[in-house]
Order: sequence, then structure tokens, then C-alpha cells
Amino acid sequence: MSALEIAAAVRGGERTARAVMEEHLSLIGAREAELHAFNLVTSEQALAAADAVDARVAAGDDPGPLAGVPIALKDNLCTTGIPTTCSSKILAGWKPPYDATVVERLTAAGAISVGKTNLDEFAMGSSTENSAFGPSKNPHDITKVPGGSSGGSAVAVAAGFAPLALGSDTGGSIRQPAALCGVVGVKPTYGRVSRYGLVAFASSLDQIGPFATTVADAAALYEVIAGHDPRDSTSIPEALPPVLPRLGDGVAGLRVGLVTELCQAEGIAPDVAARVAAAAEALSEAGAKVEEVSVPAVIYGLSAYYLIAPAEASSNLARYDGVRYGLRVDAPTTAEMYDRTRTAGFGPEVLRRIMLGTYALSAGYYDAYYGKAQKVRTLIIRDFQAAYERFDVLISPTAPTTAFALGAKADPLAMYLNDICTIPSNLAGHPAMSVPFGSGDDGLPVGVQIMANALDEVTMFQVAATLEGAMA
Amino acid sequence: MTPSTPSPNASVLPEGWGMVIGLEVHCELATATKLFCCCPNHFGDQPNANTCPTCLGLPGSLPMLNEQAVELAMRLGRALNCDVKRSVFSRKNYFYPDQPKDYQVTQYDLPTNLGGHLDLPSGPRIGITRAHIEEDTGKLNHVGGGGRIHDAEHSLVDYNRSGVPLVEIVSEADMRSSEQAKEYANELRAILLATGVSDAKMEEGSMRVDANVSVHHLGEPWGTRCEIKNLNSVRSLGRAIDHEALRQIDLLTNGETVRQETRHWDEASGRTGTLRVKEDADDYRYFPEPDLVPLEPSAADIARIDAALPVLPGARRAALAEAAGVPATAGGVVMAVERGLDHLARAAIGGGADAGRVLTHVEHNLAVDGAETLSPERFGDLVKMETGGELTATQAKTVLAEMVATGGAPAEIAQARGFEALDSSALEGIIDGLIAAHGEEWEQFRSGDDKARGKLSGFFMGKVMQASSGQADGKAATALLRRKAGL
Repeated sequence: MSALEIAAAVRGGERTARAVMEEHLSLIGAREAELHAFNLVTSEQALAAADAVDARVAAGDDPGPLAGVPIALKDNLCTTGIPTTCSSKILAGWKPPYDATVVERLTAAGAISVGKTNLDEFAMGSSTENSAFGPSKNPHDITKVPGGSSGGSAVAVAAGFAPLALGSDTGGSIRQPAALCGVVGVKPTYGRVSRYGLVAFASSLDQIGPFATTVADAAALYEVIAGHDPRDSTSIPEALPPVLPRLGDGVAGLRVGLVTELCQAEGIAPDVAARVAAAAEALSEAGAKVEEVSVPAVIYGLSAYYLIAPAEASSNLARYDGVRYGLRVDAPTTAEMYDRTRTAGFGPEVLRRIMLGTYALSAGYYDAYYGKAQKVRTLIIRDFQAAYERFDVLISPTAPTTAFALGAKADPLAMYLNDICTIPSNLAGHPAMSVPFGSGDDGLPVGVQIMANALDEVTMFQVAATLEGAMA
Repeated sequence: MTPSTPSPNASVLPEGWGMVIGLEVHCELATATKLFCCCPNHFGDQPNANTCPTCLGLPGSLPMLNEQAVELAMRLGRALNCDVKRSVFSRKNYFYPDQPKDYQVTQYDLPTNLGGHLDLPSGPRIGITRAHIEEDTGKLNHVGGGGRIHDAEHSLVDYNRSGVPLVEIVSEADMRSSEQAKEYANELRAILLATGVSDAKMEEGSMRVDANVSVHHLGEPWGTRCEIKNLNSVRSLGRAIDHEALRQIDLLTNGETVRQETRHWDEASGRTGTLRVKEDADDYRYFPEPDLVPLEPSAADIARIDAALPVLPGARRAALAEAAGVPATAGGVVMAVERGLDHLARAAIGGGADAGRVLTHVEHNLAVDGAETLSPERFGDLVKMETGGELTATQAKTVLAEMVATGGAPAEIAQARGFEALDSSALEGIIDGLIAAHGEEWEQFRSGDDKARGKLSGFFMGKVMQASSGQADGKAATALLRRKAGL
């Protein structure tokens, strides 16, 4: 059952939220040990919340548009009283005293959290192998990675543990695992969804977004979590146009650009390229006007990203110092306590990025690295703007290949290349999503990325729905 | 750069030396809540009572800018004649346990206020480099050991102050003496109070002054500067600057060099000591704070702030000085503005009261609570009674004190106390009687030397006061005595 079907059944009294939750908990019980989607399954709280939803229905109340729908939350979203680890040893034992804005909105909409999902430590990675608690496995082939960093959320939805999940996307961390796991993954416009309560990786790039098995479910979840929040100063004040009523509008007359630089980027596998070509063909058949378009500056996206994101991370992760919460390794002096705590608490990829970022911001290097990366970012925005003058949406592969084997990308640079197609939208702040579109030569899912201009999620979802329909 | 003016405070320095001073002043803004969250901005509560995820820097928390803080900072900027421009918050990255995020949100290359000035009451114009907005840190309490972070048994952190809004006001190195530095601090404080920007209490730390001090041979380039911290009063500021300048001169005259360093003022010993040496410039890895958006004040915003500015202390001193016909630096004028009594003084002078007596009362007899409630008419009447000979200076002071306490009219208070200045014939009668009764003393007063006359003047004045029950005007009596003695 889709999330929307569950919500309709629960709101209509045809199914109880408890029955829905028990069914999902039993699925989790059957396969979680094998897949490791979760850092924590909160069964008791979930069942109690389900009973509360049922009580409201029984009392004649409407618990909301996602009434009784189980949802998995990436473990970098703050949840009151429930450990939030970012899959890092450094947050050991920490329980937030507050809910993230998205968690508050989910609760208000009647959705029920089933637990906190695994991720690459502090969302730094593309395979979920950088988790301090061990990797998650791809439900389509457990010898393969699910992608990352929101791998646990993608696995949870792909395995049917929950029809919905939330992830965060800094350079592709929702879209890439969605592609590798064969589900829908959405990164909204920067500022559409409040970041309040999302543990920061790179503040100017981070954005929370939905995972779902269908485009309509993803749109429903997006409508619940998006919208202005005064607690996030970068939150967009503009009103949120509803997506669901326009989802079936089709693509007739829409101008679709196939981004040359991304379709021909380093490492794009032929079977993936073929699926993107097939998607272009499907859109064309549905009445869209599809052409190739060049967005030249996107080829510098990866380099700019690996300066900006680590720079911001080096500052955002400074607070994990052993003074106030989480891990502390005692030492005779404060400086040594910092050193020992952080060395013991952070994994190698996090340490690498802190080093990179610290270097990029250092006196004498700032202009050459961080400053120049920001200029590249401006160029990427400029080139996208030029493309959006001629096109309504742009498409490309989401990831260069289907899911790769666990341990296959030990070289950090090989891993970083996974995000070559997704990073430009983060740098531009534009919305982008991945929608499953068939499979590669190995039978594993392939995702097609749909990118749109800032604030134009509606058109992006329409194109996604059309592709979804073409596969049906 | 070399200073063009010689040190006006040459007295504390050896001949030929000058000092150069710049001040950095941190002021807590008088907002209801903190800079980036809704916690109360309140001093003296239970440790960590006023905290939330944001001011504790908990994972996932975000800053939400306090509009009132921005308004107050811009108001101060305009009061200091600064350009108020588009500004950007930046992160200053460094590890310290009092800083919950291990970075401070401040302003770096694009501060809210740039390039103003402050005119000292004594005349010199001191440049203001910038006045930017930033958040305060928490407070460390080192327990046991030597009471410092290095040797304490353990340390406790109170984050009530974390995220309290500050402005940092950086002056140009335009001051040449501790007197000028003290004057600057006092004047800045007066502006902060007049504009309602800060309560500016140095003893509670809501105004904190750091001094950059260097010395040089007059006419030669400036020397290496040291920064002095922990100055808890204007008096400490003056003492510390003079001590530091003399220390540096001592080093230089002994062939040593001054190291650029941060020094700690120890009030008890009256000395500065090394806090930390700046080997290289600290690398704070500033970058624009991605969790906040730039501040872009419109021309209309600035016009509104300007329109709401009160008349500032400098202008108030000038107005009173003009009304009184004295220099703006006159003690009574400075005191009147400092105590908020300039309106009272101007009204009394405008009503015809003698300006000199008005300012004297303000300076010496009105340093009391409630002085600001005095009626200008009644205050003017008192001064007129005094200058008209109806009250002596001593009596006027007594009556004034009662006026402040009760709000009564001076004539009624004087009458109730039996204060009636003796008319001149009654005074002459008393003096004639004393001359007749004390012939020997009178002869010595007339013919003796200055020492003897001084002593006998006191003798006769005592008798006059005794005979008049204290109602004689001392000045008039002295004059009459001397006239009768043919002096």
C-alpha cells in the first residue's frame, strides 16, 4: 500500500494505524538484521503513536493527511528524547531536547516515526559505508551498497519497512541512494524545507527531502514538510504552491533539456546513459519537446563542492569537543581533551573533510580555495539560469552507475565521483529529484534525475509523474 | 603614520615620549532577548537558566536574528556618525569551552557600522573605525587549583551569557593620554545611555574596555602595541594605560623591545602581566555565516533611526554652555549633562537665575537621587534668593537639599528654618558690638601680619555667626570687617 492509500484507509476508519504499524514492524523484524536500515527502531513509541491516531479517528477527529503512515527518519534529524547519532561515535548517548521542524510537521500531519535510519557519518559519503555502526545493504542485492549518505532511508523505503522516509541531501545524498535502491528521492529548492533540527553538514547546501515508492507519495510528504519556518533564517517566505492537484497535468508542450555535460560526465555507464535516453524518448512521446542543452560550468561542480562543503563542515563540526554532550575522552588539559575526543569520535572520512575544510579557510588560502569555489558556484547558477530561459526542466543520470559492491570504492576520489550529476543542483540551490526508470545490465535499478528552476517543484513533480507512468 | 600633536599628558611620561591609544569597547545591547534565540538577556540568574538549543549550540539548532539588536546597533552607529551599510555575519572559528559552537557569530569584512567619530568634551575628535554586532560567549568558573583554566581542578560553564548581543566599537588610535582614553570611555558610555543602546555597566561587564597602547619618541614612528584586558572601571583604564606606557618606556630605555602581546590588568597590584603572546596573527578562518542572510538596511530604515535619535550629550553640553555663557568643558556643564540635569539648568538660567550659581549647585550640591525632579522655577527662585542676599550660600545648599527631598518652595523652606539673611544694618550692628567688646583682638587684626590677621578673622567670624545664630552671610561679614579695619 502506498502512503496515500494508508492515510485514506486510516482516516476513513477502514484500517487502524496500529494494524498498519504492526505490519511494517513485522517486515522490519524479518529483514532488518540483513539490511541494517536503522540505527534505532522505536517500536514502542510507534505503536503508542498509532494508538493515539486511532483514538483520534474514533473520536471523529482528522489526524491529518499522513494519518497513520509509518515514516523512517534519517538519524541526523533531531527527535525529542530519542538518540540522534549521525552514525557517529562522537554523539554517543546524546538525546536531543527538541524536535526538528520537519518532525513537528510530520507529527501534526499524523505520520508516525518507526525509527532512525543509518547514514554515512554526518552525511559524508555516497555508500553508507562510512557509518560508525556498519554499512546498510541494498535490498535488491545485499552484496551492493544502497548509496548514501541517506542509505538507511532509501533501504527502509525500498524494503517496505516504511512507505515514506526523510533524508538530507547536501550533494546528492537523497537522490543517489534513491536511484541505487529504485525509489523516488527529492531534494527541494534550498530554503523550501526548514533545516531547524537537521544536524548540519554544510549549511549552505543541506536540504531535507522525501523518499517514497511513488511520485505522488513523495509529493504528499513534500507538501507536509515544506513551507516557511521563522526558526531557519534561510527558509523561503513565499507561499507553497500545492503539488498533488497538478501531478497529473502531463508534460505536453514542456521544454526538456538533456544536459550534455552530465550525460557525458566521467564514469557514466552506457546502460545508465541508455536509460536516460529512454526517459527522454518517453517524455518526447508524452508531448514534451526534448533537446540537448549545454550547462558548461557544471563540470567544475565537484571541485567547488569539495571546497565549500568541507569548509562549512569544519566549522559546523567544531562543536563536538567533549565539553557539553556526546563522547568525551578525558585528558590533563582542555586542548588534549579536544584532541583525544575528536580523534576517537570521528571516523576517517569526517576527519579528512575537517582537514580539507580547515585548510581551505586558512589565512592565505581562502581566496585561492573557498573564495574561488564560491565564484564557481556563481557561474553554475548563471549557466543554469541561462538554461532555464529555454527549458522548463533539465534531465540527466542521477548516478553514474547502478549500485556498486560494498568495499568497491575505497579510494575517496572514486567515491566522490558518484555525486558528479547531483552536486550542481545543491550548489545552485535548485530542486532536483531522482525517479526510478528501469534497470541496468545487472538488473539493478537506474534513476533519472529531473532538475528544475528554483521554486518550481510543481513542474519537476509533473515530469517525474510522467516518467513513472511511462514505466507502468 | 606619526601623530602630529605632542602628548598632552606629558607629565606622566618622561620628556620626549608620547603614547598612542586605541580602544575596543564591547557593549551588551539592552535587548529583552538574546541575539539569535528567545532566551532572556538577563544578568545574574541561576547558571544555565537562560539557555535553549540555539544558545547552547546543540546539533541542529539555528540562529534567528533579533531585530531589536540590529535596531540598537544601527542607532549606536548613527549616534557615532557611522555609515550604516549592508552587512554580513561571519563565523570566527576557535576552540574554547565558553563558546558552545566553537565559533563566534560576528561581523568581519562587512560590519553594520563603518567610519564614524566621537568628539571628546575637551575637544579632540576620535575616529570610530567600526561598530559591529556579535554574540557574547558563556562564562567559565574555574574551581580549585589556581583558579585559572590551566590549573583548576575542574571548570564549570554558565551559558546564560552565551548569545547575548554585543556591539564592538573599535576606535582609531587617536588618543594620546590616559585622560583622553577615560574621557572617550565616559563619553561613549553617555552616548550608550542616552540612546538606550546599553546599560553600559562596567562593573557588571555590560561594557568592557580593552586598550591598545604603544609608546614612541615624539616625532618618530609608533612603537609596538600591547592590548590590555580586564579593565573593570574607567579609573582602572587610566591607571592601566599609564602603567603600561611606563613599562614599555622602561623596556625601550633599557635597550629591550616591546613584544606584541595581550596583557592582563591586575587591579590589586596595579600592574599588567602577560596573558598570551601573539606570535603570528591568530587564524580565525572567518567565512560568511551560511545560517544567516545579509542585513540590507534601506534609506528609509536609516532615516527612521536618525529621526528617533535623542539629542546627544555633546549637543546638550553645547546648548547649556551657550545658555550659561561658559565653555562646554566647564565642570558644571559636563556634570549637568552627565546627571541629566541640563534641562533643569537651562530652564533656571532661561528664567533669569545666575548661570554661575546654577552650575555650581549642579556640580556640587545636586549629585543626589531625585535632583532631576526639581522644578526649574523653584530652583531658579532659590538661586535668585541667594544672589539677592536673602540666603547665604550655606543656607541655600540646605534649602536645596530639602527641596529635592520634599519638592517644597524655597521661600517656605527658608522661612520654616528661620533662614533670613541679616540685612546689612543688623550685620553692622553686630560687628560694631564685637569691636567694642574685643578691643585688643581688633587692634591685632588691624595691625598684625597676614598670619595673625587670618587667625583673628576666624575669631571674629565665629563670633559673628554666634551672634547672628548662623544667619550672617560669611562673605558680607568678612568684607565689612576688612572695610572697618581700613584694609
